[in-house]
Amino acid sequence: MDRIPILKLQDYLLVTIQVELHDQLAITLQDDLTRQLSVSHARGVLIDISALEIVDSFIGRTLAHIAAMARIMDAHTVIVGMRPAVAITLVELGMSLTGIKTALNVDKGMDLLLALNTQAGHP
Amino acid sequence: MITEVRKVRLDLHSQDQLSIARRTVQEWATDLGFGSLERTKLVTAASEIGRNTLVHGKGGDMTIAELSRDGVAGLALEFQDSGPGIADIAQAMTDGFTTAKSMGLGLGGAKRLVNEFAVQSEPGRGTRVNLIQWKRR
Repeated sequence: MDRIPILKLQDYLLVTIQVELHDQLAITLQDDLTRQLSVSHARGVLIDISALEIVDSFIGRTLAHIAAMARIMDAHTVIVGMRPAVAITLVELGMSLTGIKTALNVDKGMDLLLALNTQAGHP
Repeated sequence: MITEVRKVRLDLHSQDQLSIARRTVQEWATDLGFGSLERTKLVTAASEIGRNTLVHGKGGDMTIAELSRDGVAGLALEFQDSGPGIADIAQAMTDGFTTAKSMGLGLGGAKRLVNEFAVQSEPGRGTRVNLIQWKRR
């Protein structure tokens, strides 16, 4: 079965979505990430969606679910690399992605995750 | 005057076929030189409506047609299913209305993403959704 690889780098889980994210693949990613969070005790999840041509309501909802579940498991989620056309389309579609933190690129996303954990008292 | 340049019908009975439909819309829009925003909006609308055809309509098909209106290119998509249909289209178009535990943004959201949008449906007689995106000059 297709799955998107999840890399662990120190206290963080990194996901780069390089293929078209069809519905089943998105659900599998959500399940895999939740499992990885529980085994790895990661403090954050960074998801790079720069290769995604579209984010529709299903994918958007799945990303929001991932962020919500990660939060319950004491980890922050940052989505990086969203294309401008995708951002505009999401807003017109009516999806505000509340609760999801975003950054322009992987570098800034990593800075944000580190800052969030420093605030929370985790060095 | 609107002329039809080419037309293809694609089955929509599985997630894989939905992916193929999405990719086809993407490719045709790219071929016609659509800007990235109008292309992204069209493919996203196709994804929303195609999923409706698959999930609510129990499968159907999508017809994609390249149009030309006074030299301006456009893409027309028609989604057809023979599922249970929609009893109240106005209600189904309202943001937040859902029968599938989703966010209920599909129909109303898709309408906002394209230039022309029409839904025809009757309970028990399936649903047909037509949409058109014209290329900006």
